[in-house]
Amino acid sequence: MQKKVFQLLVNNTAGVLSRITGLFSRRGYNIESITAGVTADPRFTRITIVASGDDEILEQIEKQLAKLEDVRDIRELKPDQSVYRELIMIKVRAAADQRQSIIAVADIFRAKIIDVAPESLMIELTGNQQKIDAFIGLLDGYEILEQARTGIAGLGRGTEHIAFID
Amino acid sequence: MIGADAIVKCLEAEGVTTVFGYPGVAICPFYNSILESDIRTILIRTEQNAAHAASGVSRMTGKPGVCAVTSGPGATNVITGIATAFADSIPLICITGQVNSELLGSDVFQEADITGAVESFVKYSYLVRDANEIPRIMKEAFHIANTGRKGPVLIDVPIDVQNASVSRFRYPEEVSLRTYKPTVKGHVVQIKKVMKELEKAKKPLICAGGGVLLSEAEGELRHFAQTHKIPVVSTMMGIGVMPTEHPQYYGMVGNNGKAYANRAMAECDLLIMVGARVADRAVNQPDLITKDKVLVHIDVDPAEIGKNAGPTIPLVGDAKHIFEDLEKEEFTCHCEEWIEALEGYRRTMEKKRNPNSDYVDPAAFIARLSEKMAEDAVYVADVGQNQIWSCGYVKVRQGKFLTSGGMGTMGYSIPAAMGAKVAAPERQVVAVCGDGSFQMSMMELATMRQHHIPVKIIVLKNNYLGMVRQYQHFTYKDNYSVVDLSGSPDLEKLSAAFDIPFLRLTNMEHCDEVIDAFLKEDASMLLECVIDPMDLV
Repeated sequence: MQKKVFQLLVNNTAGVLSRITGLFSRRGYNIESITAGVTADPRFTRITIVASGDDEILEQIEKQLAKLEDVRDIRELKPDQSVYRELIMIKVRAAADQRQSIIAVADIFRAKIIDVAPESLMIELTGNQQKIDAFIGLLDGYEILEQARTGIAGLGRGTEHIAFID
Repeated sequence: MIGADAIVKCLEAEGVTTVFGYPGVAICPFYNSILESDIRTILIRTEQNAAHAASGVSRMTGKPGVCAVTSGPGATNVITGIATAFADSIPLICITGQVNSELLGSDVFQEADITGAVESFVKYSYLVRDANEIPRIMKEAFHIANTGRKGPVLIDVPIDVQNASVSRFRYPEEVSLRTYKPTVKGHVVQIKKVMKELEKAKKPLICAGGGVLLSEAEGELRHFAQTHKIPVVSTMMGIGVMPTEHPQYYGMVGNNGKAYANRAMAECDLLIMVGARVADRAVNQPDLITKDKVLVHIDVDPAEIGKNAGPTIPLVGDAKHIFEDLEKEEFTCHCEEWIEALEGYRRTMEKKRNPNSDYVDPAAFIARLSEKMAEDAVYVADVGQNQIWSCGYVKVRQGKFLTSGGMGTMGYSIPAAMGAKVAAPERQVVAVCGDGSFQMSMMELATMRQHHIPVKIIVLKNNYLGMVRQYQHFTYKDNYSVVDLSGSPDLEKLSAAFDIPFLRLTNMEHCDEVIDAFLKEDASMLLECVIDPMDLV
């Protein structure tokens, strides 16, 4: 089993997300995360999918996705030629005597404290998955009340891009 | 024990006595295992009707009916039947065979992504990956299908899972579903509010939908309405909640309903809508039932409340529980004037028909037929003009009235009647269809004959798709398009081919004798009634 990150440019139409996720469930493919958002051109949506499987499956995933009528472009975002980012928000229980040490950990990771309550802190962190996993690891000694992860978004490095042609 | 044996054991544990279906390779392990069981198997002639027949079983027993079909085309054929059940909230368990799990997603022979395809028509679906999960899944499926807002549940079982060994079989006593906990009991505060409004109301009305029958609350509703002298109307799916000849019942509402029932809906000052979706066919203008009146909407599905009409008092819960609770409260209703007014409407607003005496008048015929049917008979109406006539003129006492209300699926009546007869062999079951709907299910005459299911069939024959013809008459000024049914088989010869006795009624002259002959024995029979092709509902 290995993971691949795919970047898709798709028509920004109703139901496009369900067509893509439907393909994964119909064919029994695994989806690790999916993020979607409209591009600079509102006619298109960019989707980043992290999929897992063996080589043959991953090849099929790429081909089957490419075949969907709404998919304008699909390419693999290779780790060495791309940048991935994920955002996480974590709400940690923080009694008065714990607060400073949590803030210290957050500082090291250049995370932001975005909400402070008498008994808890909410932290926002952006980074690649390894960084986020490491951060969660360091919070192991504290009580995580809630967390929300976005899944990754990614772009290829350099000037190369998919042009919006009609 | 293998997975297929486990499925059968689960069905036995749920008290299932009949499975309707159609085998194919992918469901063969199941059909092999069921040979060891006392569960009756009935070979239906097309898969859609397996779901309709299971629907008939469900509506007689209050428990999910079961059908089992093969993968690919077997599974896709059953979708219309599932969608029909879903639209009327009928609980079904639909088992589909599936190709080997290893091959899923590779487009092999007879593979169809059935759980994906039925997504919008099922309450829930499962794709079984591990035979050891079968007992839990089956238990959950029956629970989900028959609680809360009822509906069909599909279980897709790959052939290798059916053949895999099950290490130890134990059918769970209970289900634990973290995300599914339907509300059954009505909120006490809301119930008090309803009583307060009832005290004040001068013109109260209950509109009963199919949900009342699904929660088996007819007795409670009748008792409540009788004790407090509250008049009752119903939706199409609610026909039979009140005996149709009950003095407090004012008929079916809606586009095709009684004018006086609709007038009652518009004029009442307190409307208790129970187990009804407030869909367009019953309530054309939802604002009419909210304007100048208190609307109490009782439904087990909170999403139905406020979907089409915003109620004054929303009341989530099971109709049976709610009427039991309402019964405990004391109040007096003062609505003598209201009932007098409604009686006046009933006298003056009944639609006048001008039947052509050269033909059978479907309205008079249906009234006469249902009068002569047994006290607890089951009347199954199909879809088309015949359905509207059935709804308008049928007389239901202690029996049942079954039809496809939400989806309006032609061909429903014969397979549903078969299911009803199998579930309640002691009762008289009559399917009433048109010549269009009959031809959508006529292959099931073979099933009736093979499995000795003595359903009685009436075909109102006008050589047209009458409902569409009528629509084209009004909307396209008699420019008829694709509604002519000439080419239909000679029903007398067809009946002979299936060894079913045949009767024909061509006008009203011998109506009573023919109906008597038709109903006399507990045997299959086909009665063709020739009606005026130009008749309108």
